[in-house]
Amino acid sequence: MIIKCPYCGPRDVIEFTYQGDATRKRPEPLSNDPDVWNAYVYDRSNPSGLHREFWLHSGGCRQHLVVTRDMTTHAISSVAFARDIASGGQA
Amino acid sequence: MTSSRLPRGGRVERSKSVRFTFDGKAYSGHPGDTLASALLASGITLFGRSFKYHRPRGVFAAGSDEPNALVTVLSGDVREPNVRATELEIHDGLVTQSQNRFPSLDHDFMAINQLAGPLFSAGFYYKTFMGPAIGPLRGTRFWMFCEKFIRRAAGLGKAGTAPDPDRYERMNAWCDVLVVGSGPAGLIAAEAAAGTGARVIIAEERPLPGGSLLASAETIDGRDPSVWAREKAAALAAMPNVRFLTRTSVWGYYDGNVLTAIEHVSDFKPNRTKGQPRQRHWIIRTGKTILATGAFERPMVFPGNDCPGVMLADAVRRFALEYGVAAGSNVTLFTNNDSAYEAARALSLAGVNIVAIVDVRADVSGACRDIATAANAELLTGHAVTGTHAGKTLSSITVQHFNAETCRVSGAPREIRTDCLGVSGGWSPAIHLASQAGGKPEWDEDLQAFLPPEPNQNWVVTGAAAGYMDTISVLSDAATKGSAKSRLILPPVEAPMLDASPAPVFQIEPSAKSQKAFVDFQHDVTADDVRLAYREGFHSVEHLKRYTTLGMATDQGKTSNVPGLAIMADARGISIPEAGTTRFRPPFTPVSFGALAGERYGDLRPHRLTPMHDWHLANGAKMYEAGLWHRPMIYGSHGETVEQAYVREARAVRQSVGIVDVSTLGKIDIQGPDAAELLDRVYTNMFSTLPVGKARYGLMLREDGLAFDDGTTWRLGETQFLMTTTTANAGPVMQHLEYYLDCIWPELRVHLTSVTDVWAGTAVAGPKARALLEACVTGTKVDNDTLPFMGIVHSKIEGVPVMVCRLSFSGELAYEVYCGSGYGTRVWEALLTAGKPFDVMPYGLEALGTLRIEKGHVTGAEIDGRASAHDLHLDWMLSKKKPFIGSAMLGREGLKDENRLSLVGLVSLDNQAITGGSHIVTDARPREPADSFGHVTAACYSPALGKYIALALVKHGTSMIGNRAFATDLLRGRHCPVEIVSHHMYDPEGSRMHG
Repeated sequence: MIIKCPYCGPRDVIEFTYQGDATRKRPEPLSNDPDVWNAYVYDRSNPSGLHREFWLHSGGCRQHLVVTRDMTTHAISSVAFARDIASGGQA
Repeated sequence: MTSSRLPRGGRVERSKSVRFTFDGKAYSGHPGDTLASALLASGITLFGRSFKYHRPRGVFAAGSDEPNALVTVLSGDVREPNVRATELEIHDGLVTQSQNRFPSLDHDFMAINQLAGPLFSAGFYYKTFMGPAIGPLRGTRFWMFCEKFIRRAAGLGKAGTAPDPDRYERMNAWCDVLVVGSGPAGLIAAEAAAGTGARVIIAEERPLPGGSLLASAETIDGRDPSVWAREKAAALAAMPNVRFLTRTSVWGYYDGNVLTAIEHVSDFKPNRTKGQPRQRHWIIRTGKTILATGAFERPMVFPGNDCPGVMLADAVRRFALEYGVAAGSNVTLFTNNDSAYEAARALSLAGVNIVAIVDVRADVSGACRDIATAANAELLTGHAVTGTHAGKTLSSITVQHFNAETCRVSGAPREIRTDCLGVSGGWSPAIHLASQAGGKPEWDEDLQAFLPPEPNQNWVVTGAAAGYMDTISVLSDAATKGSAKSRLILPPVEAPMLDASPAPVFQIEPSAKSQKAFVDFQHDVTADDVRLAYREGFHSVEHLKRYTTLGMATDQGKTSNVPGLAIMADARGISIPEAGTTRFRPPFTPVSFGALAGERYGDLRPHRLTPMHDWHLANGAKMYEAGLWHRPMIYGSHGETVEQAYVREARAVRQSVGIVDVSTLGKIDIQGPDAAELLDRVYTNMFSTLPVGKARYGLMLREDGLAFDDGTTWRLGETQFLMTTTTANAGPVMQHLEYYLDCIWPELRVHLTSVTDVWAGTAVAGPKARALLEACVTGTKVDNDTLPFMGIVHSKIEGVPVMVCRLSFSGELAYEVYCGSGYGTRVWEALLTAGKPFDVMPYGLEALGTLRIEKGHVTGAEIDGRASAHDLHLDWMLSKKKPFIGSAMLGREGLKDENRLSLVGLVSLDNQAITGGSHIVTDARPREPADSFGHVTAACYSPALGKYIALALVKHGTSMIGNRAFATDLLRGRHCPVEIVSHHMYDPEGSRMHG
């Protein structure tokens, strides 16, 4: 699998560290709702088809990327810096 | 003697000879021969014994699809088993051995297995080795008992035990177009692609380019096709944008158009150039892949089809045309399609005598008849071979009338004397790589074969692999597939008009009593086994494969796949596409482990050394590998045990002063307007309130509320912090912070830099620590007012700028001195000099551990990913004023459970050591610790207390204090009576470090 890092260019997957589901949203820090936190910490979906994931380019620029990937074919449809998306951008 | 060298023909260098041995006997061949062609030229037709029944077997194919002729290559003590004789190029001094026979190939005791044939049918292992329900050999124990006998009798070659002395290489490559195969399709497709300026890699499995053209009686451009191919290949190889790899087998197709290949660089050479690898493993990333992998001829399944002398018609042709070897003196062909006639024509032109052509079809075309007549061969249409007669090689075959519509055999058997039978059951496109890539193959009724699937990556299939079976259409297909813009002018081809579609006949089944008819030669799977699997309910192709092991041998069923499916489809009364096919998996041909490993073997870890490493070695340190780091364990004196050494070092720290190298601690420079805010969120305690010039001990949790890491963080400026982490967690903590900054809190203006290797650190600990520093630190005082507990000063030692922070891990008055790592040893030595009047003692990890165990400070042994802050008595650090990572999950049930393990101290009651990892039990008798209620995390002898002590995580820990128990460690034979005490075992008030 090759991930096209927006900073470093296309790189082999061995340079990256998987950092989990990028579709989850961290609950409000002050929230004490155990169900909401439990879902955030433990529940993961495993969709057949498109999925958004965080990948850290640990062997490169050390930026977290949001990778949209088809779980059945491993085809990657988009890659963006996590920071850009989290601050209002779209994947 | 049946097979022999023809007086002319082939591409071997007849003027030179090559000497080699097979089963201890010397033979000779010519450069360009394979082991198979050279042995056939010497009249050898028996190559090995079969997997289960030890039946005599000869050469069956002429290339990578060979199922039978597997040999072991010996080189000194090194043995490489299961090498295909049809691919093994001979060289002077080559030593080979046949396989699976005892005591010799000609006299094999295990051939008696043939008499026990019915015993070894499909599912034999499952049925026989379930074992009796009771007794010493019940259940799988019976299999374990029988296994060693079975293993000796059945199987392939034996692996060697000597280390592989050869070198292997790995190569990463990329290109615009990768062409797999250099037959007519590969050459033209590569020419078309290269003509557009694309960077092209061509990989050819065999030593010479040309594929099927190497054994063709057609002409291209008025010339022998092999000459045309050689010239075309040479022209391509000369182009600057083309890389032409021969002896390179592409064996795997992976995601992202990544393909893997093995190049045989020197294993065919008698003398390798020094440093030359034996094989090279290629990882090729390509824009587009052109699969021009050709097609494999299929056998027919008929009684006695496995004896030496029966081989693929194409193999007979290739031995004659490529190597100048007649596989028999009287050759018969047996076919269901026209390709055998082209083989007959080529063989006849090469001077091989054709006795007869047996064709299952009732009638054949005029072109076929003309060929048979020209070859002077008897044409038996509407006939089939129904038996063979052979000792160690074929002597005659039985033929009978056959109706291709009904697949019925009739009439009186007739015997034909022949010593070689070339069989053609049609052709299967080599779709292996396309199938690996993930597509589902499609059945073609006309060709009676699976065609490659629709591409799911950027690849195309061309030539015979795409189902084009005549040279003219192969060339025009390849030109288009090579490049849509191709303007290649294709050369004229002269070839007889033959039809590629076979009659749908896969098996000849004259009667239930006939000889065994083999489907998978390498695993000895017969047509009866396939039908038995059907009767026993294994209908799906996936079940068929696993129950009978059909197609699971080293040849991956290259010859057996389609006939096996056809027989199962017939048994089920469905069509072959309805029965389906299994997916091919890498590798296409066997790959050596050496090639996969390349140069990456042995200890590949980086070794991390502290700036003071050389000093430690020069001063008697015994080093300890902590993760990647090398750290001094003890500084041993002569005749001292490890325990004596660390006790001496720890005692010196408590009595006077010692220094220890702490450069391995993780260090992260955290800067930015929101640096304090970030720390408030990741640490359980408050950091925004920390004044500049002070440090604070911090604890981090994971999001699930469990403890993650601890360490001190120093506020160096309003917007700058230096975070320290445990040695082991330097990387994970960095990644943790990066994750939250990138993914959760991108609005925080903070920048992180790992500075672990930038600073050298030395801890100075003991009652005389301040006096030591006073003797060497310049530019500032270090008294209690200037440098209070958790204070930081910037100063110099011997002119080297240093940061000194007063903090303590040992429980003594202690400081950490940081300087630029290039000055680590200089500062270290300056500290030692300054400490001389106080008998300063360098101490290692063991003493460091002893000091912290006495104090009950936690490390990774206690922060083990399961312990909470509460379990470690660190709940005083959990701020109630702010949320932090993990705070929301602290209240969950699992973390409130009163049965959780919590931290306590242990004191040995028998004055002997407690061993790390011991279980805590109440039972005074040493036995399996089923009722364990805790475990020892760290243990030592405490010089301060004069006792053997330990830290432990124990159920109901705090309320157990004062109780007695046993620390049991049956592996080391230790069952130690202990008293459970508070984890603060030494100076619980902390008066010493505040002193």
